[in-house]
Amino acid sequence: MEALVIEENIKTPSISFDPGKGVLEIKGKSIPENSLEFYKPVFDWIEQYGLSPSNETEIRIRLEYFNTSSSKCLLDIFRKLETIHIAGKSKVHVNWYYEEEDEDMMEAGDDYQTLVKIPFVLVKV
Amino acid sequence: MLHSQIHTSGSGLYDLFQTMERDRIILSFKGDITQDLLGSVYQIMESHMESGKEEPQRKKKFYHILVECLQNVYHHMAALRENPPVQDGASTAIFMIAQGADNSYRIITGNFILNGKVAGLQERIERINAMTPEALKKYYLETLNTTELSEKGGAGLGIIDMARKSGHKLEYAFHRVSDTYSFFTLAIVVS
Repeated sequence: MEALVIEENIKTPSISFDPGKGVLEIKGKSIPENSLEFYKPVFDWIEQYGLSPSNETEIRIRLEYFNTSSSKCLLDIFRKLETIHIAGKSKVHVNWYYEEEDEDMMEAGDDYQTLVKIPFVLVKV
Repeated sequence: MLHSQIHTSGSGLYDLFQTMERDRIILSFKGDITQDLLGSVYQIMESHMESGKEEPQRKKKFYHILVECLQNVYHHMAALRENPPVQDGASTAIFMIAQGADNSYRIITGNFILNGKVAGLQERIERINAMTPEALKKYYLETLNTTELSEKGGAGLGIIDMARKSGHKLEYAFHRVSDTYSFFTLAIVVS
């Protein structure tokens, strides 16, 4: 399957999903008014990926900000990957990056950790 | 806040200038709230904050709350358009960003909502205002975990998040303007 690459925009993050390496990176800001519209191709890609995923899958979240509408989409992304993880198709883990002083971003990573059954690593940068 | 009568003739605009000066308004806008407009406002405020000597975390917090406040208005306006025809004036909204006391910021938004939605919204804000930070976090996570995102992008999380991030009570007012609409004012302090 092909990689998914979306360039960063004013309100949307860059998306770089490499199915061969099993590395899915979301980076930048995510503050679109209609986040479903933006994330729909991402959801579709992950569903396709789930059919024959890499043995290990690493999700890198390197977000500066995200709005509440995106927070729901992030949860949906984690849920889709959780399904793949629980089915034993791929060992999935999330690397959640946050800036040293950014307690809100660290807490957000911690919140997701309590909601989904995939391992999270909170990485200070 | 909005008390001067504004005329474009004579001293009208000067009065508005003075009002904005006195209330330390950094940015105000009245009109149609579009995605492009919001993008520009975020950029303006980002460079405004860059030019000041704000701590990065305060900047982030302000920006985060600003996005939620303005998107809340955007979603309200989108909801109104689902019930056409939207009466004169009601398709526009207003917002202001002001410098408050002790270097805090105040974000004030005003938009129309259907009268039928007033009671539910008021109850929701009161409920949020009565919550401790722990209860707010729990409510946020519950809502995040159980609510589906609407096609338009709202999930009811914005208002909880504003209260959570700001740490202040949400100030609000409803002003019934016709048999159909009320004007909803919401003010958030970012300290």
